[in-house]
Amino acid sequence: MAKHDKDATFVGDSRISAKRIPNIAPSYSEFPGKSEPFWPNFLLKEWMVAAVCLVGYLLLTVSHPSPLTDKANPNDTSFVPLPDWYFLFLYQMLKYPWASGDWVVFGTIIFPGVAFTALVLAPWLDAGKDRRPKKRPVATGIMLLSLIGIFYLTWAANDEHSRLHPSNGGHSAGGATAPAAPAEKADSSFKPDAVWTAQTSCQGCHGVNMEGVAGPNLQKVGSKLDANQIADIIKNGKGGMPPGMFQGSDDDLKKLAEYMASLK
Amino acid sequence: MLQKMYDWVDERLNITPMWRDLADHEVPEHVNPAHHFSAFVYCFGGLTFFITVIQILSGMFLTMYYVPDIINAYESVKYLQNEVAFGVIVRGMHHWGASLVIVMMFLHTLRVFFTGAYKKPRELNWVVGMLIFFVMLGLGFTGYLLPWDNTAYFATKVGLEIANSVPVIGPYAKALLTGGDIVGAQTLSRFFAIHVFFLPGALLGLLGAHFVMIRAQGISGPL
Repeated sequence: MAKHDKDATFVGDSRISAKRIPNIAPSYSEFPGKSEPFWPNFLLKEWMVAAVCLVGYLLLTVSHPSPLTDKANPNDTSFVPLPDWYFLFLYQMLKYPWASGDWVVFGTIIFPGVAFTALVLAPWLDAGKDRRPKKRPVATGIMLLSLIGIFYLTWAANDEHSRLHPSNGGHSAGGATAPAAPAEKADSSFKPDAVWTAQTSCQGCHGVNMEGVAGPNLQKVGSKLDANQIADIIKNGKGGMPPGMFQGSDDDLKKLAEYMASLK
Repeated sequence: MLQKMYDWVDERLNITPMWRDLADHEVPEHVNPAHHFSAFVYCFGGLTFFITVIQILSGMFLTMYYVPDIINAYESVKYLQNEVAFGVIVRGMHHWGASLVIVMMFLHTLRVFFTGAYKKPRELNWVVGMLIFFVMLGLGFTGYLLPWDNTAYFATKVGLEIANSVPVIGPYAKALLTGGDIVGAQTLSRFFAIHVFFLPGALLGLLGAHFVMIRAQGISGPL
């Protein structure tokens, strides 16, 4: 049996380590390069970097309040869903013919599965000793191509969303929901008739004063459409507008359509 | 006085080795932006942790007002956003922090990848880091539903439909997350529990493992 130094002592009835280590920071002066101790020298610098980031972070928070759309309404068929931006590239892939329909397993599981498995197993797939990116062109190349793909798909998803559904704002304004400018200039002094102000579901998209929010401005809709056409659109929807949003009797609908046709 | 208190505790619990282990590691020149500005790429891991801490703290404050049921969830977020003092700031920090933490983690992952720092002997730490990445994405996905507004509701619905289309395990995964046939009260409760208890628990364990490993192995050398 090797002889150990005594490594336990007793305080009361409890065994504790006999070796008291002095609480002294070592000097790193003999280390190669300009090493410095983590505590407190480097931690102070890290905190300064963190403070700069925190200022930027708070400015973002104050200048862009976090968005909150209307309360979840499962019957709202006009709402175009969009996942959070960091899932967009996965979402966008499902829109291409090679990753949807019969091939949807490629989009949902095979491509992401292969990519993420390869990422997890990177240390074993790229097992050479070289660490410089240029000395391991396969790993570097695949990663760069994946990055280009991710950036492109994210851009394409956002671009497609803001082109097809400008009302939802896309994520172009840093994720905040900015109402798209109505096609026609809204007349702020315009006051609609009571048949309009009773229709809260219409006002959700077309505005309390028909000035247009997500849907178009209707303040002069009578110059383009007659009462029958308007009634038809209200009943059956048009473009992004879902059918059956109108609440009330057929008589009310007729009154509303006639009123709107009179706006010129 | 402080020294005496420290000695009193140290005599009983022998805390010096633990404290020296946390405080005593050299920071080599090649990772120190004070010496080489390009070494700022080594900051992203620390910043990810910094924002994670902010996420935990702001999240704890959010739960003081947030009510995880479908009648009150939206109203409580609206109240928090519009009525509570600094509520808009706390929610804003949690909202933007969720994006920033993904950005920072992405940059940290790229730094580790392009410097080849995942190579022997650090393979396990890379795998743990990847697991942290998945947990973070899970936190993002579950947290997105909690305000219970239209954005949240329909995005989650689509997400669950996509999960459902995965062969074999898809329907089970969807049933587990939804807790019923529709995205409704059960779904919100489950997402809340996952977002606030399950995933943060997993995250803290994984972060602990990540940090113990980096302390045991030290940071990778210069290229």
